[in-house]
Amino acid sequence: MEELPVLATARLTSPRAWRLRRPHLTPLARREARQGYLFILPWIVGFLAFTAVPMFATLVFTFFNLTLAQEEPLSFIGLDNYARLAGDARVWTSLANTLKFASIWLPVSILVPFVLALGLNSRYLLGSSVMRTLLFMPYVVPFVAGVLIWNGMLGEDGWINKVLELAGWSNPPAWMFDTTFIYPGLVLMGIWGVGAGVIINLAGLRGIPTELYEAARIDGAGWWAQLRNVTVPMMSPIIFYTLILGVVEVLQYFLVPLVLKNGTGEPGGTTLFYNLNLYQTFFTFQDLSYGATMAWLLFGITLVITLILFALSRRYVYYAGER
Amino acid sequence: MTAFAAATPSRPLQAPRRRPEVLIRRAIMTVVMSGIVFAFLSPIGYSALMSLKTEAQYSDPDAPILPSEARTFEYQGESYDVYYVPMPDGSTRELALVRKGRQDSDFVDPADPAAGPITWQGSWRTLSQPWEIAPQWGNYAEVWDKIDFPRLLFNTIALAIIGTIGTVLSCTLVAYGFARFRFPGRGLLFTLLLATIFLPAAVTLIPTYTLFVKLGWVGTWLPLLAPAFFANAYDVFLIRQYLLTIPRDLDEAAAIDGASAFRTLRSVILPQAWPVIVAVSIFTFVYSWNDFFGPLIYLAGHDDIQPLQVGLSHFNGIYHTRAELIQAGNIMTMLIPVILFAMFQRVFTRGIVITGVEK
Repeated sequence: MEELPVLATARLTSPRAWRLRRPHLTPLARREARQGYLFILPWIVGFLAFTAVPMFATLVFTFFNLTLAQEEPLSFIGLDNYARLAGDARVWTSLANTLKFASIWLPVSILVPFVLALGLNSRYLLGSSVMRTLLFMPYVVPFVAGVLIWNGMLGEDGWINKVLELAGWSNPPAWMFDTTFIYPGLVLMGIWGVGAGVIINLAGLRGIPTELYEAARIDGAGWWAQLRNVTVPMMSPIIFYTLILGVVEVLQYFLVPLVLKNGTGEPGGTTLFYNLNLYQTFFTFQDLSYGATMAWLLFGITLVITLILFALSRRYVYYAGER
Repeated sequence: MTAFAAATPSRPLQAPRRRPEVLIRRAIMTVVMSGIVFAFLSPIGYSALMSLKTEAQYSDPDAPILPSEARTFEYQGESYDVYYVPMPDGSTRELALVRKGRQDSDFVDPADPAAGPITWQGSWRTLSQPWEIAPQWGNYAEVWDKIDFPRLLFNTIALAIIGTIGTVLSCTLVAYGFARFRFPGRGLLFTLLLATIFLPAAVTLIPTYTLFVKLGWVGTWLPLLAPAFFANAYDVFLIRQYLLTIPRDLDEAAAIDGASAFRTLRSVILPQAWPVIVAVSIFTFVYSWNDFFGPLIYLAGHDDIQPLQVGLSHFNGIYHTRAELIQAGNIMTMLIPVILFAMFQRVFTRGIVITGVEK
């Protein structure tokens, strides 16, 4: 948000204001700058209309009692929405559900694509490029179709349970109706979409200079030592990027259970995720101000986690170009 | 960055041949990865097979995995199920069940119906049935009519095409601006653009939705299409990265000849940038096809203008007990994106690599 005033000046700056700040800008350079702004204008307008202003408006909403119908007179209510948030058990339950799901999903979503990419990159593998294409394919399957296919796969006599029965589990769970197995089931569904992550990891692995492995081998490093001391550090920027995007996405997770459970939170309230609660506050109860307050809490949590990760990244992420 | 059509990145050095341990490693690796790929794609197989079954088949735990029907036999104008019947002499015969009884039942031999009913002692419920492969293509026809597939398909394609046009136009202009012009604040603005990727949508949703309500746009395609004309971070980044690889000599020559910036974009840059334009078009088309949340909230209650995914979700709400129809609907919904992917898979993987790795 702190960038906003800068952005506004950049857009509104007149040629004269320029000269004050940048006296050395020649007429030709000024013409070039004007043309540049003109070409990026669609994005600037879109950014203001669909990102910056709505974000600011969301913040303003939190201090009022705005609803879509507005039956009570509109008034400034200070921090009442935040006080209500603090005492709202449903909010904290849904947040706990989201964090619990995130703690299962995030490690899986980082590890699975990484391990699959390691496999695809192996020099012993035949048919690597065909396999890469096939692993990516489910990524383009439309979201609802993918969810409904997996709902069948994880059904009481879907293929997952058929395989488990063959493997000797006589009474496999009803995944989507069991409070213990619902998260693992949702994680399985999520794994289906890791194709893009596999591609990104694979490109990263192929970008690691082979000299590093040769040097490690000369130093007597085995497979594991090479993985730990060469592959993982060299891949850390990509793992970090995937992690940050994963955090932002998982904190907003709710569409899969919305399709599957129609927003009921079944089984046993486990799929009442934070964003489902937010969505219902807004669309079902049409409570704009309270929904906005929940949105800002989500944004705040996302920001704090992201900043912590960035702080940690200074120690754990290796950027080859940096000193 | 190289052209989108470029060959796949070089693989590590080929493993030395001939040594037996290398062959064994190769076999193990290939078998394990093939198994993983097979498991990964099995849901599509499940869906395709399920979409061709009858309700009777998938509710029968003993039914085979391929779409089949229990064999029947016409006897005296009626259709009867055929069962495997163990005979007292130890052989098993395929007989049609014509009278069901608790203690004993009557069967006829389809090979020799004239011989009349044979009475068999025992409960017919313990018998199993012979199945014959019989894919139910009619399931697709049923879904086609029930969800009004042609209308949903038209809506989906129209939304995807208009959205793609808007995205390609706006992102090309913005990417050109970022790639070719120097202006104060360019770095900051570009960082801001990329930062929007990490912004949770919830924090802008409520005022945006309220604005569209006030404009009277909710219940029309406008809230879905209008933002496409104002560029987005992923596609601008993708196009800009490509434009940076195009040498400046030609646009400088055009500028000296007095061509305007827009003219240079049209006649110098675009003819060289078509691979990235194609990539962004296909990407946007598939993403728009797969958008669910936007149509869900902005087109709620307007069945006639909804795209496939929302239609499919509603269909599931009504017919969720008819698994074969749901799976047929899934296959119908994913067919076009999957075909597009099969045709342009290299473009997809290149695009993912650029937006995912090089940022």
